[in-house]
Amino acid sequence: MNIQIWTYLFVGLSFGLYLGIAWWSRVRDTQGFYVAGRGVPAAANGMATAADWMSAASFISMAGLISTMGYAGGVYLMGWTGGFVLLALLIAPYLRKFGQYTVPDFVGDRFESQIARLVAVVCAIFISFTYVAGQMRGVGVVFSRFLEVDVTVGVLIGMVIVFMYATLGGMKGITWTQVAQYWVLITAFLVPAFAISFKLTGTLLPQAGLGAELIGEGIFFFEKLNQIQEDLGFGSYTEPFLGSWDKVNVFCVTLALMAGTAGLPHVIVRFYTVKNPEAARWSGFWALLFIAALYLTAPAVAGFARYYMLEGLNGATEEELPGWFQSWEKTGLILWLDDGDGVVRYSAGDDNEIFRTGSLGVAQMADIARRHQQFVDSGGERGVDGRKVLREMGLSGPDRDIIVLATPEMAGLAEWIIAFVAAGGLAAALSTASGLLLVISSSVAHDLYYRILKPTAGEKERLLVGRAVIGVAVVIAGLFGIYPPGFVSEVVAFAFGLAAASFFPIIVLGIFSRRVGTIPAICGMLSGIVFTAGYIIMTVFMDMPLWSFGFSEQGISPQAIGTFGMLLNFAVTLGLTPWFKRPSERVQELIRQVREPEDSTPAVEIETSAEH
Amino acid sequence: MKDHSAPPASADVDPHVLYWRKNLRLMIGLLIIWAIAGLGCGVLWADFLNEWSLFDTGYPLGFWFAQQGSILIFVLLILIYAVAMNRLDRRLKQSVAERKRRKAEADA
Repeated sequence: MNIQIWTYLFVGLSFGLYLGIAWWSRVRDTQGFYVAGRGVPAAANGMATAADWMSAASFISMAGLISTMGYAGGVYLMGWTGGFVLLALLIAPYLRKFGQYTVPDFVGDRFESQIARLVAVVCAIFISFTYVAGQMRGVGVVFSRFLEVDVTVGVLIGMVIVFMYATLGGMKGITWTQVAQYWVLITAFLVPAFAISFKLTGTLLPQAGLGAELIGEGIFFFEKLNQIQEDLGFGSYTEPFLGSWDKVNVFCVTLALMAGTAGLPHVIVRFYTVKNPEAARWSGFWALLFIAALYLTAPAVAGFARYYMLEGLNGATEEELPGWFQSWEKTGLILWLDDGDGVVRYSAGDDNEIFRTGSLGVAQMADIARRHQQFVDSGGERGVDGRKVLREMGLSGPDRDIIVLATPEMAGLAEWIIAFVAAGGLAAALSTASGLLLVISSSVAHDLYYRILKPTAGEKERLLVGRAVIGVAVVIAGLFGIYPPGFVSEVVAFAFGLAAASFFPIIVLGIFSRRVGTIPAICGMLSGIVFTAGYIIMTVFMDMPLWSFGFSEQGISPQAIGTFGMLLNFAVTLGLTPWFKRPSERVQELIRQVREPEDSTPAVEIETSAEH
Repeated sequence: MKDHSAPPASADVDPHVLYWRKNLRLMIGLLIIWAIAGLGCGVLWADFLNEWSLFDTGYPLGFWFAQQGSILIFVLLILIYAVAMNRLDRRLKQSVAERKRRKAEADA
């Protein structure tokens, strides 16, 4: 059996499992559709949250990012897990007690304003679509490499699968599918990591292996890696603040990711599906525990992959090039432009010969390669040095997405393990995509259609609209996957920045302050959004120089700006609060109820009160 | 955070007010540890901590906090929070029931 047959087998089995679960958990009412009837046990919800949370970016890209960034890659680890602590302590139990369907529900009801609700809806939809685009690209990468089908066909298959279980089962179907997807993705991530760690260091546990000595070398793995990195001009792997971010930037990026994560609507709604606030707290713990299983292993995969990459490529001749290089070369995620000596060199300097195609078209790339060949053949007299061209386009080094998918091949692991990793990547992408599609559906069908446009809509009509919106959203997301916009990665910084600058401060103040009223909240949210979005658009798309804010000589990176947007939001909201009137009695009562544990006072049951 | 309206602690304070105060205290305590572990040891003092390594392993300490230690501490924080808060919840329900019973006795 070769890799391809194994992959078809695993992908086919896992897809069959997802569809089976969808059929078993189909729903008939909006409560089941949006919040799974609020009957999901804490541990299962924790698993589903973990799968929802860990996207194709966590599974495929994160270890690759750490692998190329070294210490600085830790911002993603700390940012995404640290944000979860904020979410579990400051937001989740209270929003569960609030007992509605969506995040805009809370913003709209707490601040008694349709404008606030609308701003929240727009943010939720924008953040979700940004994310979905990335997931669909992940599906495309896996399909094109492992099943050797066209990316378009791959995305279409993914779309059909997600559409089926999301419309049939709504949140209930999605939740139980995500539980299954968690197991697929975590096993697929851990098995190769254990195997590689054992192979390199003789320690089975990858987290321990990373800090251990290399077999037969008598030197710590990190010492060896740092040495190789420095020899090639990349700089030490473990030393902080060497790369493009100084301490201020690392700090602000981490904080922006933390606050942004805590404000991501598709993760917050997961806590709406459990029975009560007590279960929401437990579910927060289970979720982070399950997430940590992958997040603690990713640095090990990253470090080991870096070692294999540098050791396997440098000094290899055409015949000696490892097999994984040839199979990934076809995808354009890695390529070699030789300087004529027939030996590969992968370094940080001008003599680097390893690149990636990036967003270049096939014809463009072929042209660069042809003129580079001319350049080499003529000894530099004719043609153009392709290495210089690609370096100036920022395409040095392999695409980070191949690290996780190619590491098992680098380490020469069994074919079925390699195939299983492909199924894991698909599980990660599909689970997150489905959660996001539900947020889009609930934002449009519940917040926009039912709460703003047509409050008289009946149960059946709302369910139908919800399902129809998922259908439309799947198609749009699929188009993003087939025709990926070139700016996906920049837009992701956008999603986190906006979540940090809009939702996070407003939800936290909404819960912890009785005093903050409608107008300060709207002003705060708008100033946070406008500032953050403005800075990102100006610096990324219009080449405005970075601002230093008096902290960093380097200037604040667009990824870090969410921190400042968040502070601005807090400052504006709190600064304006004393000048405007207190929230109404109804809102005071709402805050009181949200803060108290369930059944402690014979309060009105929100879900069954007249309004709903 | 802004509960200035709360009366001074006495035997007859509304248990809900006490509950909220304890909740805030627990939360702030845990968030301080959160900030020290992640933003402090993982970022602010990372270059300084990197001069040591974790026990007998090859992990530089600052690097370890950024990529392993902070995550372990985060998981622990949420566990402590879940256990402590759920206990607070149960105590509150008990004392509310107690008050109700006493009030009913006094009325009778």
